[in-house]
Amino acid sequence: MVSTVEDTGVKSGTAIPVEIGKPRGGPEGRRTLRQDRWWLSPAVTVTVLTSFIAYATFAAFQGRYYYVGAQQHRNLISPFYSPCIANSCQRVAGSHPLGIWASFWNFSPALLILIVPLGFRLTCYYYRKAYYRSFWQSPPACGVADGHKSYTGETRFPLILQNIHRYFLYLALLFNVVLTMDAVLAFNFPGQGIGFSVGTLVLCVNAALLWIYTVSCHACRHLCGGQLNKFSKHPIRYRFWKAITPLNARHMQLAWVSLIFVALTDLYVRLVASGIIHDYKIF
Amino acid sequence: MTEVTMSIWRGDSSGGSFFDYNLERVEGEVVLDVVHRIQATLAPDLACRWNCKAGKCGSCSAEIDGKPSLMCMTRMDTLPNDKITITPMKTFPIIRDLVTDVSFNYVMARQIPPFTPGDPEPDGTYRMQQVDIDRAQEFHKCIECFLCQDVCHVIRDHEVNKLYYAGPRFFVRLASLDMHPLDTVDRRELARQHLGLGFCNITKCCTEVCPEHIKITDNAIIPLKERVVDSSYDPIAWLGRKIRRKVKYTVDQVYALAPAQVAPTALDRLPATAIDDEGKS
Repeated sequence: MVSTVEDTGVKSGTAIPVEIGKPRGGPEGRRTLRQDRWWLSPAVTVTVLTSFIAYATFAAFQGRYYYVGAQQHRNLISPFYSPCIANSCQRVAGSHPLGIWASFWNFSPALLILIVPLGFRLTCYYYRKAYYRSFWQSPPACGVADGHKSYTGETRFPLILQNIHRYFLYLALLFNVVLTMDAVLAFNFPGQGIGFSVGTLVLCVNAALLWIYTVSCHACRHLCGGQLNKFSKHPIRYRFWKAITPLNARHMQLAWVSLIFVALTDLYVRLVASGIIHDYKIF
Repeated sequence: MTEVTMSIWRGDSSGGSFFDYNLERVEGEVVLDVVHRIQATLAPDLACRWNCKAGKCGSCSAEIDGKPSLMCMTRMDTLPNDKITITPMKTFPIIRDLVTDVSFNYVMARQIPPFTPGDPEPDGTYRMQQVDIDRAQEFHKCIECFLCQDVCHVIRDHEVNKLYYAGPRFFVRLASLDMHPLDTVDRRELARQHLGLGFCNITKCCTEVCPEHIKITDNAIIPLKERVVDSSYDPIAWLGRKIRRKVKYTVDQVYALAPAQVAPTALDRLPATAIDDEGKS
């Protein structure tokens, strides 16, 4: 069947006047001519992200062992369950000063709480690259044909929703404040006063990594100063932009390190809460 | 002295195939040197576009072992295989052997309104701070080799998108204009509606192949996408515009300033040729 450019769905006057369909060079029908291990990076991404999703799903649905409380003279809460705002958190009341306001929610609090970090990472510019390449194969690697017959990118629903990334940034910043409060509260050992344990260290490092990852985000860089055309007129915002830019260059590394460490933090709290290991008090 | 087999795709619009040329490896050579040796000794009719041999003219773009690269900047000792394939850029129509027709890019260039400064200062000059122009200077390193356009899967694997997608090189151009402290035209709607910024799924292949190491995705495309979010998707930004009574340019207003609208050429005509479902004439 023969169709014209006008039939391709592009509105009249918006199509760019180029000719398509002319013969192209190179061998036909070959997915790629690359001879290196281009498949390794997407394979690693799939493995790590799938492992994280599997662990996070288990941790979120378990609904217990997420808080180490006064019985063990500790104040440690898993980042998957903080801020613990759901109805079921009453069992560990006092674990968080924000209290309980989602009284309608009787399922695992993590299922409610994880929406924000999940949304932030799902719409993150780095993770988009990672999962478009590895899971969606669009493309799996540079110079390797993508696995789909048609492609509309992020121009249509649902992928056009990626543009709400900055709103998840705002929420993620609030969550970071909460996780920082958790880390500060972890210095309090009920019945023993102020101290410092391995659990305290783990929560502090986790909060720090999440802060660095969050502020290194492209949307944050834009909002801090990237949207300006005249830096010289806004010296403070320029300083913010300049400080974030080198972090932004390491956004990928920060994304992976913070992701893995947040899972390890949850695992540590879970192991202590379930009594499998003891949280060693350093001083 | 070890031998190497250069497997070069040769042909034209009627078809082609790989031809193998066996040569000795010579220390210090780049791929373009070997292609020139083939031209001088084995295949004088081998077509290849080149000029400066210094990675500054952007002429010798090709795909070496499947990776879009400049032939003059790819050292032979970085290619460990005994058989090396060289093919023309896949995204553009073939002319002959390693030479492709890159006029798509010139059509795209004409869709973008040029630098448009406001009124000069009272003494008739323009002044800007270095700090304001630092960002855009990275983009001026572009040598227009079009490797980023070649590797971009949006048009490489889905040619029909060429009708409404400008490609990374022109997002760099748009970013350099949009960030310019003296420029007065707001090209964001043009980028969103007409030049297909939303098609880019930021998989960073353009950055990986750029011989000038321009951070195309991080410094041009993503900032541009965020600026488009400001103008089209962020309700708080929309409210801010309403309160401050800022006027948003429509795509037609901006596009009217593009060279293709001001002084159209034959390149700017809509194609009269029909295409079938596989995109062939």
